[in-house]
Amino acid sequence: MTDTGGSAPLVRLEGVNKHFGPLHVLKDVDLSVGRGEVVVVIGPSGGGKSTLCRVVNRLETIDSGTITFDGRELPAEGRALARLRSEVGMVFQSFNLFSHKTILENVTLGPTRVRKVPRQQAERRGMELLERVGIASQAGKHPAQLSGGQQQRVAIARALAMDPKMILFDEPTSALDPEMVQEVLDVMTGLARDGMTMMVVTHEMGFARRAADRVVFMADGQIVEEGVPAEFFTRPASERARDFLSKILSH
Amino acid sequence: MEAVVDELPVILQAFWLTVKLTVVSGVISLVWGTVLAAMRVSPLPVLRGAGTVYVNILRNTPLTLVIVFCGLGLGTVMDVQFSADDLSVDNFWLSTIGLSAYTSAFVCEVLRSGINTVPIGQAEAARSIGLTFPQTLRLVVLPQAVRAVVAPLGSLLIALTKNTTVAAAIGVAEAALRMKNLFDAHGSDIIPIFLGFAVGFLVLTLPVGLLFGWLARRVAVAR
Ligand SMILES: Nc1ncnc2c1ncn2[C@@H]1O[C@H](COP(=O)(O)OP(=O)(O)OP(=O)(O)O)[C@@H](O)[C@H]1O
Ligand SMILES: [Mg+2]
Repeated sequence: MTDTGGSAPLVRLEGVNKHFGPLHVLKDVDLSVGRGEVVVVIGPSGGGKSTLCRVVNRLETIDSGTITFDGRELPAEGRALARLRSEVGMVFQSFNLFSHKTILENVTLGPTRVRKVPRQQAERRGMELLERVGIASQAGKHPAQLSGGQQQRVAIARALAMDPKMILFDEPTSALDPEMVQEVLDVMTGLARDGMTMMVVTHEMGFARRAADRVVFMADGQIVEEGVPAEFFTRPASERARDFLSKILSH
Repeated sequence: MEAVVDELPVILQAFWLTVKLTVVSGVISLVWGTVLAAMRVSPLPVLRGAGTVYVNILRNTPLTLVIVFCGLGLGTVMDVQFSADDLSVDNFWLSTIGLSAYTSAFVCEVLRSGINTVPIGQAEAARSIGLTFPQTLRLVVLPQAVRAVVAPLGSLLIALTKNTTVAAAIGVAEAALRMKNLFDAHGSDIIPIFLGFAVGFLVLTLPVGLLFGWLARRVAVAR
C-alpha cells in the first residue's frame, strides 16, 4: 500500500463474495470504513447485513475478494487471527455474555487471557468500564440476573475492555424490550461521540440520524446505496431504499 | 452369615481394591475423555478423525475384550510391566488402562453432548475477544458443557464402579473375584455372601448418584 497515512481507511472490503451453499450472500461488496467513522448498515431481512459484519472479524470466511484491516489483509487462522479479533470488538444481537462468569469476569477475561494484563489492573479497568455503561453495582452478578438492556451494556463494556480499534454491532437492540432500547443506544451514541470507529447494523433510525456519519443500504447481498443520514433518509436515491424506508417508517 | 463376618477383612480389602480401580480409572477417564472431546470438536480434520476412530472402536468393543487385550496383549505379549516382581501390581495397572481406555470413550461422548448444549454464540463471543480455539474451549465452552452433563457423568462413574468387576478376568482380586473365591470356600453361605457383596456395591454407588444429582443442581448454568 502506498497510502498509509492517517487518512487511510481502517477497514477496506474489495470485491468480496460470500456464499452459503447455493445462496450468494455477499455480491462483489466494496466498502471502506474510515478511522473514527460511524457507519450504519440497514436493509431488509436476509440482505446480508450480519454476514457483512461477521466477515470483518472473520467469524465468516469469504470466497473471493480482499479485506484489509489497519492496512493488513485479514490473517487466515491461528494466533494472528486471534490477535486481529482482539482489535475488533463485536456486540451481538443476543448479547452472548459468558453465562458461567460474573459480569466483572466477562469484562476481564479478554484482557487477562489475551493481553496478559495483571488481574488487579484488569479488574480496576473493568470496573471503570462498567461504571461508564452504568452497571458497576451489578459487577458480582451473573448475566442471567440482569435485564437485556443491562446485559447488552455489559457486552459493550466487554468489547471496550480490549481497547479495540473498531466495534461491530449486529442489531444490538433488536432483542430488547422497547423500554431498554434507549439505554443501549445512549451508550453507543457516547462511543460515537468519543471517536470510536463503528459499524452498526440497526433499524434505529433515530440513532442513525444522530450518530452515523454514513448510512449504507444493503439488499440481496449488495450495497444498493450509501450516503450521509440526512440525505439518505429524506431523499433516498434508489427505488429499493424508498420502498424499504416507507415500510419501516410507517410503523 | 458367619462367613461374611469371618471374612470381613478379605471382603473389605477386595472393596478397597474396587474403590482404587474406580478412582484411578475415573480420574484418567475424565482427563483422557476431555482430550478426546477436544479432538472431536477441533478444527483440525486429523485430530477429529483420530478421535472419532478411537471412540467408535472402544465404545463398540465389549469391556471384557478390552481388559483381556490389556492383560494378554500388553501384559503377556508386549511384556508391559509396572512392577519388577509383583504380578498383582501389573494386573492392577493393566486393568486400569483397559477401564480408562473404555470409559474415556463414553466420557468423550457425554462431554460432546454437553458441548452441544452450549449456544454457538458463546464460542463466537469468545473468539471475537481474541481467545484462541484452545482457550475458547477451556475457558468458555467446556466449563459450561461440564455443568450440563454432571448427572450423566455420575452415571458413568457408577457404571465404572460396577465395570471394575471385569478386572477379575485378568485376576485382579477386586470384589467380584473375591466373592467367587468365597463361594468356593463357604458353599453353604452363598446367599449371605452374595448379599454382602451386593450391599457393598450399593454402598459405593448410591452416594455417588446422590452426590452427582446434588452437584448437577448446584452448578447448573442459568441462561
Ligand atoms: N450459517 C449460515 N448458513 C447458511 N445460510 C446462512 C447462514 N447465515 C446466514 N445465512 C443466510 O444468508 C442470508 C443472509 O443472512 P444475514 O444474516 O447476513 O442477513 P441479514 O441482513 O443480517 O438479515 P436479518 O435482518 O434477518 O438479520 C440469509 O438468507 C440467511 O438465511
Ligand atoms: Mg442479521
